[in-house]
Amino acid sequence: MARKLLFEHIDKPGIRGLEGYRANGGYRSVEKALRTMSPDAVLEEVKKSGLRGRGGAGFPTGMKWSFLAKPEGVPRYLVVNADESEPGTFKDRYLMERIPHILVEGMITSSFALGAKTSYVYVRGEYFYVARILEQAIAEARAAGWLGKNILGSGFDHDIHVQVGAGAYICGEETALLESLEGKRGNPRIKPPFPAVKGLYDCPTVVNNVETIAAVVPIVNDGGEEYAKIGIGKSTGTKLISAGGNIKRPGVYEIDLGITCDEFINSDEYCGGVDGRAFKAVVPGGSSVPIVPYELFLKTPTGENRLMTYESLSEGGFAQGTMMGSGGFYAYNDAQCIVRSTWNHARFYHHESCGQCSPCREGTGWLDKVLERLEHGEGRMEDIDLLWDIQRKIEGNTICPLGDAAAWPVASAIRHFRDEFEYHVTHREKVKDPKHFAREPFRKSAKFATA
Amino acid sequence: MPKVTIDGISIEVPDGTTILQAARMIGERDKADRHVVPPAMCYYTSLKTSGGYCRTCIVKVTKGSDKDPRPMPKPVASCRTAVMDGMEVANTTDPTLIDARNGVVEMLLINHPLDCPICDQAGECHLQDLSYENGKAASRYEFERRTFDPIDIGDTIKLHMTRCILCYRCVKVAEQLTDGRVHGVINRGDVAEISTYISQAIENDFSGNMIDVCPVGALTDKTFRFASRVWFTKPVDAHRNCENPKCSGNVVLWLKGNEVLRVTGRKDQWGEVESFICNTCRFDKKDVHAWTVEGPRKIDRHSVISQGHYQLKREQPLLASPAPNVPELAKRKELKDR
Repeated sequence: MARKLLFEHIDKPGIRGLEGYRANGGYRSVEKALRTMSPDAVLEEVKKSGLRGRGGAGFPTGMKWSFLAKPEGVPRYLVVNADESEPGTFKDRYLMERIPHILVEGMITSSFALGAKTSYVYVRGEYFYVARILEQAIAEARAAGWLGKNILGSGFDHDIHVQVGAGAYICGEETALLESLEGKRGNPRIKPPFPAVKGLYDCPTVVNNVETIAAVVPIVNDGGEEYAKIGIGKSTGTKLISAGGNIKRPGVYEIDLGITCDEFINSDEYCGGVDGRAFKAVVPGGSSVPIVPYELFLKTPTGENRLMTYESLSEGGFAQGTMMGSGGFYAYNDAQCIVRSTWNHARFYHHESCGQCSPCREGTGWLDKVLERLEHGEGRMEDIDLLWDIQRKIEGNTICPLGDAAAWPVASAIRHFRDEFEYHVTHREKVKDPKHFAREPFRKSAKFATA
Repeated sequence: MPKVTIDGISIEVPDGTTILQAARMIGERDKADRHVVPPAMCYYTSLKTSGGYCRTCIVKVTKGSDKDPRPMPKPVASCRTAVMDGMEVANTTDPTLIDARNGVVEMLLINHPLDCPICDQAGECHLQDLSYENGKAASRYEFERRTFDPIDIGDTIKLHMTRCILCYRCVKVAEQLTDGRVHGVINRGDVAEISTYISQAIENDFSGNMIDVCPVGALTDKTFRFASRVWFTKPVDAHRNCENPKCSGNVVLWLKGNEVLRVTGRKDQWGEVESFICNTCRFDKKDVHAWTVEGPRKIDRHSVISQGHYQLKREQPLLASPAPNVPELAKRKELKDR
C-alpha cells in the first residue's frame, strides 16, 4: 500500500483539533518555511514537485504562482476555492471535515511563498458546517500563534478569513468566485486580465483548490523532488478521488497518480469492482468531463492500459478519451440509463448557468428540454442530431468553461451511446418506465462511434 | 502602432484598441469594407465594462501576433480583445465562425417572442437586423418560450422583459450615468431578468437613455408607445440649450407633420448614441417650437428607415470581396457560373 501524503493521519484520534494535529507532525511545514526558507525557495520546491491544480484544469501550480504580479505597495491575496459543487466530487469536503488544519497550514505556507498577508477560503454555501469547522481550526491556530502578527518571530503576518457562498455552482469558477467574494453577483469575468494580475479587489490574486493548497504541506516537508517521485511523467504526487456510483466501496481515496484504471476500479483497496452487475460506463472526473464506456476507460484507443494520470485519461482526445477533472469518479452499471443520466446533468447545468452570455443561458435550457423529451419517450430521431448541434454551438463560444462543461457530457454520451438514444425513440413505451433497464439491460453494439 | 489584418484588410490602430474598434475603423475608412465589422449587441463604446456577453461579435484569431503567431484556440469576443501587432483575424472569411455566430443568433432568438408586429422597436431593432443578416428563416425551437409580464418602471419607461436579450447595457447606464442605482439583474440562467428589485420607479435625470441603449424592444418610451411605426416618422436633427449641464441638448426629433412623436439621442452609424440626453429633453419637450431644427437626419444603417440598407445587399458585387454571411449569394454565384 502506497504512502499517503494528505490522509496519512486522517484516522488518528483528535486530528481535527490543533493538539491532535500537532502531535502528528502538524505545522512542521510552517516552521520549516518561515525559519529556514525564503519565499522563493518555497516556490522553487512547488515548481520542482510538478504539482498540478487539483480543481479540474490541472494547471501547474508552480507556474501559476510565478505568474503572480508583484507591484510595489499593492497587497496580494491567496484565495482558496472550497466551492466544491461539481456533481460527483466530494473530496475537499472530506478533507476539510476530517483534517481542517492541513488546509490552514497549507494556506500559511503558500501565502508565505506568495507574500500574501491575507487569504480567504470561499466555502460552498451547502457546506456551512464545514465553514464552522474551518473557523474553529483558524481560531485555534490564531490562539496558538500560527496566525496573526509576526508568526514564529519571522516578521511574516498572516490572517485567514472564511467566506460562505450562497450555493451557486458558477461561483466555483475562479473569477465568479472573486466577484462573489467582493459581494457582487457571481458572474464570471472576461479574461484577460487574469486574476494573477487583477484579481480580488483588482489586486494580484492566486486562486487554488483546497487539495492543491493542502498538497503544499508534504511538498515543503519532504521537498519537491521527493513528491515528484510519486506518479508518472507530468502527473506527480497523489490525488484524492471521490468515488461513487455502482461500485462496491464508495468513498474518498488518496491514490498515487499512475496506478492503472483497472486497479482503481476493480481492486479491493479502492472501488472494489461492480456491485453485482456489469459496468457500462465511467465518468472519471466529475459531471463535466466526457463519459466513456467501461472498455474504453480500461484501455486507451491504442490498446494499452489506461492509467489514472492527467495524460493517460485524456488519451484519444475528446473522441475516445476523457479527463481527470476534479476527481469526482462515478461508474454506471448496465441497469442505468445513459439518456436519463445525461438529462440529469443537462438539467443541472441549465439550473446553474449564470445567464450572462447567450449560448450558455439559452443553450443549456434547450439541451435540458430536448433531453427531457427523449427520456420520456416523446423524442424523435432528429432530436439526437439537434442535441449534437446545440452542444456544438455552446462549446467554446462562452465566457467561462461552464458552457463547455454543459456540452461535453451531452457530446460524449451521444458519441458513445448513440444507439441507446435511438432505442429511446424506437421503444417509446418501454423507456417511460425508469426501471426498464434494470430488467432488460441495454446491450450496445460493439463498435464505438468516433465522430 | 499595432497593425491588424481583418479578413485580409489591414489597418494600423492605437495601442489598446479592440478588434471590434479596429474593424469599425476599417469600415469608417472605406464604406465598401464595412462587411468586416462584426455585429455587436451588448458592447457600447461609451459604457465602461460593457461587452463580452452576447457573443455575436466573436471572431477567429488565426494569428495571435508577430511575436507569438499561434492562433487562439477558441473564438474570442472582438469587443473585449485588444489587438496585437501583426494579429490576423477572420470574421466573414471563416465558415466555421459564421456557423458559430449563426448558432449564437439562434440562441438569442429561441426565447425571444418575435412579436415585432406589435413592438415599438421594430424597424430600428438590432436583433431584427442581426437575425436578417445571420439568422435562419425558421427556428428549431419547439418549446414554450420564456415569458414575463410587462412592467412599468416609472412614468415614462416600460419594461418588456420577454423581449430582453440580457445585454446589460441598461444596467451599465444605471451604474454609470445615473445616481442612486435601483436597477440590476436578478435571478440566474434563462430566468435572469432586469429588475428594479421592488418595482421601484426609476426617477433620474438620465434614466431615459436606457431606452436608447436597449438593442431590442425591452425598454420602450411610454410617451411614444403605439403612436406610430418608426418608418412612418420623419427624423430631423435638432438642438436646444438644455439647462442640465450634463445634457448636450443634441437630439433627433421624430416628426409626423409638425407633431413631435418622440425625442431620442443621435445614433452614429454603429447604432450608438453620440451624446446622452436628459429626461426633460426626451420626454417633456414635445413641441417643435422648443427646438432649433437643423435638418433631416440621415439614418445610415441598422434601420428599415434607411431603405438603402437592404438594397445595398442586392447591389453588392457577387462575392468579388467576401460577402457577409449571405449563403444565398454564394448559391446564386454558383448558378451564374454554371
